[in-house]
Amino acid sequence: MGSTAHIAAVVTPYTIPAGIMDVLQVTLLVLVAAGATAVVLIREPVRQVIMLSAYGVLLAVLFLAFQAPDVTLSELTVGAVALPMLLLLALAKVKRREK
Amino acid sequence: MTPGQRRWIFLAALAGLAAFYLWGLAGLPGFGNYPGPYGDIINRIAVAQTKATGVVSAVNFEYRGFDTVGEEFILFVAASAMAVVLRHLRNERERDPRDATADWAVPPASDAVRLAALVFTGPVVVMGWFLASHAQTSPSGGFQGGVVLATAFFLIYLSGEYLLFRRISPVDLTEAFEAVGAGGFAAIGVSAVAMGLPYLTNFLPLGTTPGAVSSSGTIALISFFVGVEVAAAFILIVGELVDQTLLVRQGDH
Amino acid sequence: MHIVPFVVVVYILAVGLYGIVTSRHLVHQIICLIVVQSSTYVLLLGVGYKTGAVAPYFFDIPVHTPAVDPVVQALALTDVVVEAAVTALLLALAIQAHKRFGTLDPQELVQLKG
Repeated sequence: MGSTAHIAAVVTPYTIPAGIMDVLQVTLLVLVAAGATAVVLIREPVRQVIMLSAYGVLLAVLFLAFQAPDVTLSELTVGAVALPMLLLLALAKVKRREK
Repeated sequence: MTPGQRRWIFLAALAGLAAFYLWGLAGLPGFGNYPGPYGDIINRIAVAQTKATGVVSAVNFEYRGFDTVGEEFILFVAASAMAVVLRHLRNERERDPRDATADWAVPPASDAVRLAALVFTGPVVVMGWFLASHAQTSPSGGFQGGVVLATAFFLIYLSGEYLLFRRISPVDLTEAFEAVGAGGFAAIGVSAVAMGLPYLTNFLPLGTTPGAVSSSGTIALISFFVGVEVAAAFILIVGELVDQTLLVRQGDH
Repeated sequence: MHIVPFVVVVYILAVGLYGIVTSRHLVHQIICLIVVQSSTYVLLLGVGYKTGAVAPYFFDIPVHTPAVDPVVQALALTDVVVEAAVTALLLALAIQAHKRFGTLDPQELVQLKG
């Protein structure tokens, strides 16, 4: 692609060489896919919530590699912290009634 | 139908869905070949037009501002709806927090957790404030800042001070803050209408230096209001769940 | 490389749906829905990515530097927050279902309703 080569010619302090970026993105995509599988297959809710938090961190790093720092921050605060907290509180409520 | 049969029917349907979905996505220009032109044009004109260097915030709070108002009210409605759904059933009663704290079955937080929570509260507030007020310059904004700000309140709860958590974030006051946040966003839009401009027009002076904190007119202001609304909504949602866990009892407990 | 992110998008969606259908616990089901929704972020950001481009922040780089699409990032950003609102509401419904029927197993809940 001629246009792609043209784009790669502009170098900023934030530019990462395309080859390294490819490897980084593919690695992270595989990790995210594995993370999603783990979240779904873990059937014990509390362990699952912890895995969900880790999955949130993986997604956040992937978004960083997709050049989306804003979404990274959002996913870190919501996906890795706020959502697991809501889920843990709900589980605490349910467990408490089962006793 | 047995669960086993149902699973096979589902897997067949899923295979079909995945195949067609992938077929559709394969027809896109391919990863890394964004065709434009919409994003490219915004990238080129946004800085000059809004004096904001964070183009994502400029899109969220300016070009797509009307959409974000709706987005905001989704969160607003969700927080209210939670209170409605979790209303007390007939045989439930809520204990007074001061009585409840006497015989909590919850093990008290360890000293290490309490100290860590206490130490982090201040920096987290500063961080949330920074994020909510720098939407126009760097990767940040009201959505992220609001969640971080709300986290500071949860740290206070985590340090074992449930009563303090409730004293500094009483439900009425938090609801008022949430209303100010959501209403403030809408009010900025209406102010533009009152001046004879279209809804949500950026009517404030934009400043001259792109990337200065005081630049970008209403973008910074809207981001701040979004931060207030998101923080208040999260405090309400978590507070509701904490109350359910600690205070609400069913029957003759 | 041109198709890898989209394959992952389809995979995340499929594995999440599988979790929802086979789930025996409402909270587990809600978490699977979160996984399904996360596939949309990867899709949005994957569509807007441009090889060799930087993030759309022009604080200390020239305005004409090639940057990735900011519009899909704005969409994904608000998507994440809406996800939290949806989850909170679903959790409230699950808690209330547990209060009324004493179980969180979707199949038992169906049987209770008849």
